[in-house]
Amino acid sequence: MTQHIVRAYDEELSALSAKINQMGGLAETMLVDAVDALVRHDIAKAKSVVERDVQLDTIQHEIEELAVLIIARRQPMANDLRHIMGTIRIASDIERIGDLVKNIAKRVGVMEDRFLGARSLAGIQHMAHLVLGQIKTVLDSFSQNNPALARHVWLHDGEVDTLNNALFRELLTYMMEDPRSITFSTHLLFIAKNIERAGDHATNIAETVHFIETGQQLSGPRPKGGSSVFALTPSDE
Amino acid sequence: MSFASETAKALNAGDAQGAPKAASAKVAARGVNVHYGEKHALKDVFVDIPEKAVTAFIGPSGCGKSTFLRCINRMNDTISTCRVTGEITIDGKDIYDRMLDPVLLRARVGMVFQKPNPFPKSIYENVAYGPRLHGLARSKAELDEIVVRSLRRASLFEEVKDRLDDPGTGLSGGQQQRLCIARAIAVSPEVILMDEPCSALDPIATAKIEELIDELRENFTIVIVTHSMQQAARVSQRTAFFHLGSLVEEGATDQIFTNPKDRRTQDYITGRFG
Repeated sequence: MTQHIVRAYDEELSALSAKINQMGGLAETMLVDAVDALVRHDIAKAKSVVERDVQLDTIQHEIEELAVLIIARRQPMANDLRHIMGTIRIASDIERIGDLVKNIAKRVGVMEDRFLGARSLAGIQHMAHLVLGQIKTVLDSFSQNNPALARHVWLHDGEVDTLNNALFRELLTYMMEDPRSITFSTHLLFIAKNIERAGDHATNIAETVHFIETGQQLSGPRPKGGSSVFALTPSDE
Repeated sequence: MSFASETAKALNAGDAQGAPKAASAKVAARGVNVHYGEKHALKDVFVDIPEKAVTAFIGPSGCGKSTFLRCINRMNDTISTCRVTGEITIDGKDIYDRMLDPVLLRARVGMVFQKPNPFPKSIYENVAYGPRLHGLARSKAELDEIVVRSLRRASLFEEVKDRLDDPGTGLSGGQQQRLCIARAIAVSPEVILMDEPCSALDPIATAKIEELIDELRENFTIVIVTHSMQQAARVSQRTAFFHLGSLVEEGATDQIFTNPKDRRTQDYITGRFG
């Protein structure tokens, strides 16, 4: 990208992008730690995840304030305008991811019984791994101004949905076999749903990045994991 | 609905409603070239200017936008070294036809300049001058009516109705510019050319002129040259970007300012020109 005639304008836009990267990095480690806390039943770690969420909120507010200031100061046009508006939107998506992860961490604190073996936790871990990859990749697409990479993320959301549905069926089976596991399994269901929704926010970000870079909306068919007749969770769309 | 889809929708809507296409072109340029002596100031411009809409010309200084504007009412004829080739038509008729009287052309194509330039006469006479010259009024009463109507259309009448005999040069800058617009529309032109009409005005006077432009487009075809990108985005339905004497990109204003096709247009409107 060629530079602006006014150098301070470039600096303001870079500051905005840097804050997004900062938020993204925070959200990623929060997700890693929340799942780790779940698997190890590490209450202290879960608590630290909950505490870190406030940082995301703070940076989001900083992004909004800076964006408003840049708009007032520079009257941005074209790709600059899309970039600033997109940044506001991405910040709110990351902030939502933070809320979902915080909710996972809170559940760890109240899940005392551990009825289940490693299998369903492995399913959660696998989902989290996929979503983390999505979040990482979509943030890379933002910092590299790469709409093709954003499109890739957008196209690969289906795997997470498929895993979520598989996990749903598995946990239902456990609950039917042993009603004492219902509380624990329900928490896991919500956790899986939260991870899946974090993935949805990654695809939202992908749409925004694509729009920033091309001015065009992402369109075309997209494989949906939840569309199978065996799917037990209704598709959102 | 996503942010992207809302914006895309807004863009499409803008293209469909606000921006008439070539079908209703009032002014059409075909391969227009302008030379000032050795200097090739305008290179092979093809463009359609839609009827009853505002078309903005933007571009850096010396890009040819004012030169092209001045071709539309043959103002360049007055410069001896200036040579215009190619074809410019209004309603399909060649305006460079040798049988055409440029004075009559300029009654059909009015012009408003950067600096307000009222005649050193009364407010009334400023507006009455054109209609009288062209014999548009058969009586004093008819002339009065034209003057009042023009001042009203230029949103100036209420401010000057009690002092129509005062000199036009005594008005504020913004009022003088509206007086010049009233003078331009008094002869009922079809096209109004505006060459940076607000660059000498404060923001309030600018807003009044912009409001006026928006009202005038119901009845007139307006072409405006402006250095303010925000102004072009606010007042026009179509925008043409000139650079180094060439027309780089022309399209619906909403599209030009949110998603220009040409890299040079994007660099210019975002302030990246080296």
